Amino acid sequence: MKNSKRGKKELKLKGFAIQFLPYSEIKELNSDKRMKKILDILLGNNLLILQGRLRPDEETRLIGDAMAMVGHVKGFKGIELATVSGNSNGGMFNKMKMNIAKALSGGDLGTITIIGPATIVKEIKKNPKKIELLLDR
Amino acid sequence: MPVRIFKNFFTRIFSNIFRNKKEVKLGFYGPPNVGKTSLANRLCKDFTGEEIGSVSKIPHETRNVQFKEKVEIEYKGKKMTFKLVDTPGIATKIDYEDFLKYKMKKNDAKSRAKEATQGIIESIKWLDDMDMVVVVLDATENPYNQVNITIIGNLVARKIPVLVVANKIDLKKADLKKIEAAFPEYEVIGISARYGENLEEFYESLFKLSKKV
Repeated sequence: MKNSKRGKKELKLKGFAIQFLPYSEIKELNSDKRMKKILDILLGNNLLILQGRLRPDEETRLIGDAMAMVGHVKGFKGIELATVSGNSNGGMFNKMKMNIAKALSGGDLGTITIIGPATIVKEIKKNPKKIELLLDR
Repeated sequence: MPVRIFKNFFTRIFSNIFRNKKEVKLGFYGPPNVGKTSLANRLCKDFTGEEIGSVSKIPHETRNVQFKEKVEIEYKGKKMTFKLVDTPGIATKIDYEDFLKYKMKKNDAKSRAKEATQGIIESIKWLDDMDMVVVVLDATENPYNQVNITIIGNLVARKIPVLVVANKIDLKKADLKKIEAAFPEYEVIGISARYGENLEEFYESLFKLSKKV
């Protein structure tokens, strides 16, 4: 594993890279810039592991933008996307605590979002707290 | 004072009349091949005698948003008029080669894939326009599919009432409890659109949900 730019780490694996993106890297960006950043990473044949998660409207926008590129970007078939959260269960008090933490940090940092181009990620099998990546290699 | 009571009484009566006359836009959303069109067809056939669209074993059969207006659903003496909106299945990836498995010609598969991607974009655009949505899931599949989570998350963020329907409960592999466990905050209705199983409970929940519109 090697460090590249500030806050980013890349793990090279048989022709593609896994890129870790801390939430701080997209926190200040508007939706347009977030989409561009994420899609640029995916089009570079990278598997993206994002700290936190996108807003629901951004998740659908990402799916829509990815679909708009199918047939226009050579070899691009779309994306595989999954979020895994450690905060899915809990009572009212826990939810309140999480909401306060979200408000302070500006995002849901207890969640991890995994996004990969469909050419690399064949399937993401998800159970509530476990993610299994099946790679198409 | 009596004039105000009288005025309020009539305002309430008239607003109720107009609210009940309003056509509620009811969307059918979900991943491909879960039975959205089968369920919409079931409703349309039961109450209008006509179907809304064709169904197929090949995914992405519905590639355009389909409508059926003025569908008056009557259940236990209550009536509501809906505009049914059957949407193309939302997926995160489309590969024309997947359609070749269904003995489709390469060119047909390619054009189906192209239309399917446009259908997904259209489905997403329509999310904002719905009054209430039935999210249809396949009871035999893993419910933790990100498409399900994203659709429901969007509807919640837009404050659009949601009903989760687990279709294909007639199949042996169906696991309604797993779907219920995945969406504990929602009422999950298990149905078989193909055989018309448990539709009474579905209509009951539909009317209950329409009160939130």
